[in-house]
Amino acid sequence: MLRYLFKRTLILLATLIVASLVVFVTIEVVPGDPASYMLGMNAEEDTVAALRIELGLDKSRPARYLSWVTGLLTGDFGTSYTYRTPVAEMVADRMWVSLPLAIFALLLSTLIAFPAGVYAASRRGGITDTIVMALTQLGVAIPNFWFAMLLVLLFAIKLSWFSAGGFAGWDAGFFQAVKSLTLPAIALALPQASILTRVMRSSLLDVMNEDFMRTARAKGLSRRQALWKHALRNAMVPVLTIIGLQFSFLLAGAIIIENVFYLPGLGRLIFQSIASRDLIVVESVVMILVLAVVLVTFLVDLAYAWVDPRLRSSR
Amino acid sequence: MIKLGQRKKQLSRALFLAAFVATSLQAAKTDVTIGMQLEPPNLDPTGGAAAAIDEVVYANLFEGLTRFGSDGSVLPALAKSWTISDDGLTYAFTLHSGVTFHDGTTLDADDVIFSLDRAMAEDSTNAQKQLFANIKSVKNVFDVVIIVLNNPDGNLLFNLAWGDAVIVAPESVDLLATAPVGTGPFKFKNWVQGDQIVLEKNAEYWGEPVKLEQATFKFISEPTAAFAAMMAGDLDAFPAFPAPENLPQFEADPRFNVIVGSTEGETILSTNNLQEPLDNVLVRQAIAHAIDRSAIIDGAMYGYGTPIGTHFAPHNPAYVDLTGKSEYDPEKSKALLEEAGLADGFTTTLKLPPPAYARRGGEIIASQLRAVGINVEISNLEWAQWLEQVFKGKDFGLTIVSHTEPMDIGIYAKPDYYFQYDNADFQALIESFNVETDTEKRTQMMQEAQNIITDDYVNGYLFQLAKTGVASAKLKGLWENSPTQANDLTGVYWED
Amino acid sequence: MKLRSLLPGFFLVLLFFSAALISYIWTPFDVTLIDIKARFQAPSATHWLGTDHYGRDMFSMLMVGARTSIAVAFVAVGIGMLFGIPLGLAAAANSGRFIDETIMRGNDLVFAFPALLIAIMITAVYGPGALNAIIAIGIFNIPVFARLSRGAALSLWKRDYILAARAAGKGVARISFEHIMPNITNLLIVQGTIQFSLGILAEAGLSFVGLGAQPPTPSWGRMLADSQTLIMMEPRLAVLPGLAILLTVLGLNLLGDGLRDWLDPRLRHER
Repeated sequence: MLRYLFKRTLILLATLIVASLVVFVTIEVVPGDPASYMLGMNAEEDTVAALRIELGLDKSRPARYLSWVTGLLTGDFGTSYTYRTPVAEMVADRMWVSLPLAIFALLLSTLIAFPAGVYAASRRGGITDTIVMALTQLGVAIPNFWFAMLLVLLFAIKLSWFSAGGFAGWDAGFFQAVKSLTLPAIALALPQASILTRVMRSSLLDVMNEDFMRTARAKGLSRRQALWKHALRNAMVPVLTIIGLQFSFLLAGAIIIENVFYLPGLGRLIFQSIASRDLIVVESVVMILVLAVVLVTFLVDLAYAWVDPRLRSSR
Repeated sequence: MIKLGQRKKQLSRALFLAAFVATSLQAAKTDVTIGMQLEPPNLDPTGGAAAAIDEVVYANLFEGLTRFGSDGSVLPALAKSWTISDDGLTYAFTLHSGVTFHDGTTLDADDVIFSLDRAMAEDSTNAQKQLFANIKSVKNVFDVVIIVLNNPDGNLLFNLAWGDAVIVAPESVDLLATAPVGTGPFKFKNWVQGDQIVLEKNAEYWGEPVKLEQATFKFISEPTAAFAAMMAGDLDAFPAFPAPENLPQFEADPRFNVIVGSTEGETILSTNNLQEPLDNVLVRQAIAHAIDRSAIIDGAMYGYGTPIGTHFAPHNPAYVDLTGKSEYDPEKSKALLEEAGLADGFTTTLKLPPPAYARRGGEIIASQLRAVGINVEISNLEWAQWLEQVFKGKDFGLTIVSHTEPMDIGIYAKPDYYFQYDNADFQALIESFNVETDTEKRTQMMQEAQNIITDDYVNGYLFQLAKTGVASAKLKGLWENSPTQANDLTGVYWED
Repeated sequence: MKLRSLLPGFFLVLLFFSAALISYIWTPFDVTLIDIKARFQAPSATHWLGTDHYGRDMFSMLMVGARTSIAVAFVAVGIGMLFGIPLGLAAAANSGRFIDETIMRGNDLVFAFPALLIAIMITAVYGPGALNAIIAIGIFNIPVFARLSRGAALSLWKRDYILAARAAGKGVARISFEHIMPNITNLLIVQGTIQFSLGILAEAGLSFVGLGAQPPTPSWGRMLADSQTLIMMEPRLAVLPGLAILLTVLGLNLLGDGLRDWLDPRLRHER
C-alpha cells in the first residue's frame, strides 16, 4: 500500500507541474494588453508603458513563470492586475460561494439519487423502475443552463419565491445565503442526480447478481435484507467514485450557472479576468481548480485501492 | 406578581424592538443601492480611464475646481470664484475655505497645485493628459491658484470639470486606487471585489450635506440579472439599464419610474479611413446609404436613441441635422458602389465590443450591408481585445462604438486616431476653435466642423445613445441626462 | 429485445440530422436576413414556428442551429477518435512499457483539467468561433477514446488467437489493425454516440456564453442566450432552442443505449 501511495503521489506532483506549464503557456501567448485595457481609449503610449512596467509585464516569460510557480508553492498567488489585490484573497472570497454551491448541489444530487437508484434497482423491470429510468434519461439530456433559465422564469419571476440571482452573502444570515444558492444548486444537481441514479441502480444490480448475494439469499435472508446488508455496501464503491468526480466537476463546471445567476464565484471570476486580460488571476484560479480535481481523483483512487487491494497493482 | 427583573426584560426587549424597527425604517429611507454594469478596475479617476470609475466617484467622493451640472453646464465646485485675464492666458481661482479631505487634512491651494502637476507630469498615468496640455504653469499665490496657459483656451473651465482633474491630497495619493480619499460629500466605506462598493455620508462635508446616509453600487453585468435584481427590489435604481427591451415592463409597473434622458454618446459605425476600399469616399457614402437607422434603433435599442447625421449631440444647441445626407437608400448605395468600381461588392471586418448597441447593432448592420453586396466578418471582442486590435492596432475595417466624452468632435482632427481621418482644413478649424472664446463664433465653427465630417462621410453616424434609467418610484434627484459619465448622488433622496 | 431505446432514439437522431443536412441546401427562409418589422411574430402558415427578435424565421434558425451543433460535435468526436484510438491501441500493444506509461500519463493529465473550464479558457483566449470550439472539445475526447480502446484492446491481447498470430510473427501494428480494431468497433460506436451527445451539450454551453459559432451563424446555445432578456415577452424564443438541444441529446443517448444492447450481447447487462 505504501508503495502504491508513493507512486501515486509522484504522479500527482508530476501532473501538477506539467499542468502548470500547460496553463502558463496557453494563457501567456494570448494577445491583449492588460495595461491598455485599464487605461482605456484616450491614454497615451508612454502612460501605458509606465503601467506595464509597474505591473511587471516587461519581464521575460521564463522569469514570470518561475516567479509565479514559486509563488504558488508558498501560497502567494500573485496580485491581480486590475484590482491590485492579492489573488489569494480574491479566491478565498469566491470560495465562500463556489464551495458551498458545489456541496449543496452534491447533497441535493445524492439525496435524490440514492433513494431513486435503490428503489429502481429493487423494483427492477417494474413501472417505478421504468419511470425513474425515463426521468433520468431526460435529466441527463437537459442543458443545465436552460433548466436554470426555466427555473428563474417560474420560481423567481412568476412566483417570486426566490430572487433571480445574486448571492445574499453569508453576512445576511445562513438561511438567506442558502436561499440564494438554491435555484443554482437545483439547476446543477439535476443532471448530476440523473447520472448518479443510473450509476447507483446499475451498480446495485451488478452486485445483486454476484455469487455472494445468492449465497446470502440461500442463507435465508429476505431480498430486502440482502439488499441492505450486503449489496449496498459493495455497490457503494463505484458510486463514491462518481460522487468524488462530480464534486470536482461541480466546483469547476458551475461556471456557466454562475453566469446565469450572477453569483460571485470562481467561475465568474475567471470570465471577468479573461475579459480584462488579468492573466495572473486566470492562471492561478485555473491551477487551483486543476489542483482540486487532481486531489479529489487522487483521494478517490487511494480510497478505492485501500478498499480493494486488487486494484493496487493493476491500472 | 411580575418581578422587577422580568419587567426590565420586557421593557428592554420592547425598546430594542422599537429601535430595530425605527432603524430599519430609517435605513430604507436614507440608503440607496445603485446598479452598474461595469465594475471599475480601481477608484482613482486621475489614474485610469475606465468610465466606471467616474460613475462611482465623480461628485460623490472627489471634486475638482469646477464640476458638471445635470444639464451639462460648468459650475463652480472647490473653486468659489475665478477671474480670467483679458488676454485669456491667466486664470485665478479662489478656493472655498474650511474644506477637508476625508482623512481630516485640510484642502489648500498647494493640494490643487499638487493634483494638477501630478496629472501633467512626464510619468503621469492620467488618461486625459491632453486636458492639461495647454497649461504652462500652476502656482499658489496667497492661497489663490493661478493657472497660466500657453494659448488662450475657451475650454479650460470645461476641462477642469472632468473626473481626471479632481483634486487629491499628497498625503493620501498612494491609496487612491483602493481606498480613495477626496473632498466629496460621501466617503469611501468598503469594496467587495466583483460585487459592490459602499459609500457613506461625509459628516464633515464643507458644502451642502447630502440627504443619503449610505450609497451602495452593485455590479451586475448581465442584462437578465439586472432586470431580475430591479424587479426583486435588490436594487433601488439602475441609471444605465442595459436591456431596453425590458423598459416597457418597468413603465407598466407603478413601483418604478423609467427615466429617459440623453447622453454625450455618439454611437457611430467607425470606418478605417486608410483601409481599402474604405479609403474611397464613394464607398463610405455607399455604406451610409445602406444603413437604415430606424431599424437599428428599434432592433438594437428598442426605440431608445436619437438618429444623428454627424458626430455631435442633438441636444446641443450647435447641432446641425444632417441625417438627410445619409438617408436609407439601398439602390443609391449599390449605384455608388458601381461608380467606385465595386459592382460585385467587397468583404471587410466588423469588430464589435461588448455593449448591446454594438453587438446587436452590428448584426443588423451586417444584414443591411449584405443586402447591397458588402460582406462583413463579425468578430465579437472583449474591451481589452478591442482596445488592442481596433483602437491601438487600427486593424479593422468597421467597428461600432459610442464616444461618450462631451464635445469630442475634436477627435476628427487627430490623423492617427483609430479611424485615421486626415483633413488639414478640419485640423486648422479645430485649432482656431480651441483658442476662440467668443460663443457665437464657436457655434459657427462647430457647425462648419459637422458639415465637413459629414460631407467626407468619415464614419457612419448612427444615433445618440439614450440614458435609459430605471428607479424606484419614490427615489428622486437622479440625473436624467448624462453630460459626463457619472452617477451624481448629491441631490438624491427618498420621497415619503 | 431492447428496441425500446433504439427506435425512438434512432428517429430523433434522424430528425435532427436530416434537418441539419437539408439546411445545407435549403431552409424556408434566409437566416442572415434581419427584418426588424417582422419580429416577434407568432407561429403561422408562413413562419411555422414564428419569428425571433430580429424577424428571422425560427424554423430555419433551428435547422441551421442543428447543423452548427452537429457539425461541431461530429468533428470534435472525429478528432477524439482519430487521435485517441491509435494512441489507445498502441498503448495496449506495448502494455507496461514506456510508451504505454506515457500515453496513460498523458490521458491522466488531460483528464485532470476540468473540461468545460478549459474549453472556455481556450475559446475566450484564442478567439471564439466554431473552429476553436471544435479543437477545445476535441482535445477532451482524445483521452476518452484512448482509454476505452486501450482497455478493450488489453483484454483482447490475452486471447489465444492473438497470441498465436503474434507467435506467427505478425507485426503489432498489423494485429492491432486487422484483429483488434474490428472487435472493438461496437464499443467505439456506442461510446461515439455518447461523446457526440456530450459534444452537443458542450457546444451549446460554449455558444451560450458567446464562445461558440459567431454571428451571423445561428447556434442553439446563442439563441438561448439572446432569448434571456426576452423570456417574459416571448417565451417561445427560449423554449424552442432548449427543446431542440434536449431532444437531440436525448435521441443520441437513447440511440447509444439501444445500440449497446443490440450490437454486443456481451455488453448487455440485465437492465
